[in-house]
Amino acid sequence: MTVLTPLTNESIYGALMNVKDPEIDTVSILDLGMVENVTVEGNDVKVVLLPTFLGCPALEIIKKNTVEAVQELPEVSEVEVEFIFSPPWTSDRITEQGHVGLRKFGIAPPPRHFEEDGSWHVDCAYCGSTYVTMDNIFGPTACRSILYCKSCKNVFEAMKPVSTLM
Amino acid sequence: MTTHTEALKELLFQLADDDFLISYRGSEWLGLAPHIEEDVASSSITQDTMGHATMYYNLLEELGAGNADALAHLRPSAERRNSILAERVNGEGYYMETPIYDWAYAVVRNYFYTQAKRVKIDSLRESSYAPLAEGAVKVSMELHYHLMHWRTWFTQLLSSTDEAKERMNKAIQLVMEDFGDIFSYGQYKEAIESEGLIASEDELTKSWLAALTPVFASLGLEVPKIPVPTKNGRNGEHTEELDAAIATLSEVYRLDVEAVW
Repeated sequence: MTVLTPLTNESIYGALMNVKDPEIDTVSILDLGMVENVTVEGNDVKVVLLPTFLGCPALEIIKKNTVEAVQELPEVSEVEVEFIFSPPWTSDRITEQGHVGLRKFGIAPPPRHFEEDGSWHVDCAYCGSTYVTMDNIFGPTACRSILYCKSCKNVFEAMKPVSTLM
Repeated sequence: MTTHTEALKELLFQLADDDFLISYRGSEWLGLAPHIEEDVASSSITQDTMGHATMYYNLLEELGAGNADALAHLRPSAERRNSILAERVNGEGYYMETPIYDWAYAVVRNYFYTQAKRVKIDSLRESSYAPLAEGAVKVSMELHYHLMHWRTWFTQLLSSTDEAKERMNKAIQLVMEDFGDIFSYGQYKEAIESEGLIASEDELTKSWLAALTPVFASLGLEVPKIPVPTKNGRNGEHTEELDAAIATLSEVYRLDVEAVW
């Protein structure tokens, strides 16, 4: 595999930074940890992505947006985007930058730890208070839950934690 | 003599059709659940489950069984491999008119089905077919939340009023009548069990009973017996309810099979 053009992984990752979650425009697919692999062969690029949830209807949109973003690089000819299951996407793949972006959108980032009984806790995405209650473990999208903050009296959402231990 | 690939395809059709039909029945509940939070939750579960069916149909497509969308929409009932329980209507009436759906039945069906799916998925994580084992890991994470949801409804309603208990017990009876083929591999039993694709019917049945026993015990109940199936969906034997479901769910797809959605 020889790279004859100035096409670098760096420039491709730069382009992927512009591919936002279609429903959360403050985080990119890189922030979410969905990008598993990028390979360059000549002027052809292949991007391997991990789906967050299998039934997520945004996957096809993300695929299309990824192709378009990489295609914009002048050196690129063919772009292929593939979804794979292994390794599985888990919520701990979301980067620190991703956590910042989620909070900015009013979504608490997924907790890193589970209690022994499998339950989990997040603080309010708006005021940071720990006095919150779970309203609905399911939410407006497959990957989110709905909570209520007793301190600032706001409804907020959280990214649902998922791990291979489940 | 059944080849390895044939046994694998049969198993995938059983898994795919089960999740496809139960999520179709779930989608009919949209807008009708007892309260708005439940509408959000059960439709989210239904969406996940439809995603699991899609994964299995895609695996079948990769094995040369045909286009995934066509497999989901165009196969007649005699070719379907889902369990009878997955195809049953939600209750009387049509959802576009005056549905008289039974929430107790929905809770019991989904809880028993999801627990059965749990033991299958746990076993599939060790499947000899790597793509299926990898998919099972992914399904497993989502299933965790589904099972917790239905178990909560199940225990709460059975710890509630006399009317709730009566309706739940009636629903348990109704669900169990159709439970005979849930762990059946039908005529491909030998081939599927000998390939290391998934645990045996007996092992899965035992795991399911073991998982439900403490929950039932905490409610002062005994886990009902799984009957011998009168109809076996794994062999393509189905009720008219499946024909009606296929006609409805494939209506738009059949209008223009070349359309891209």
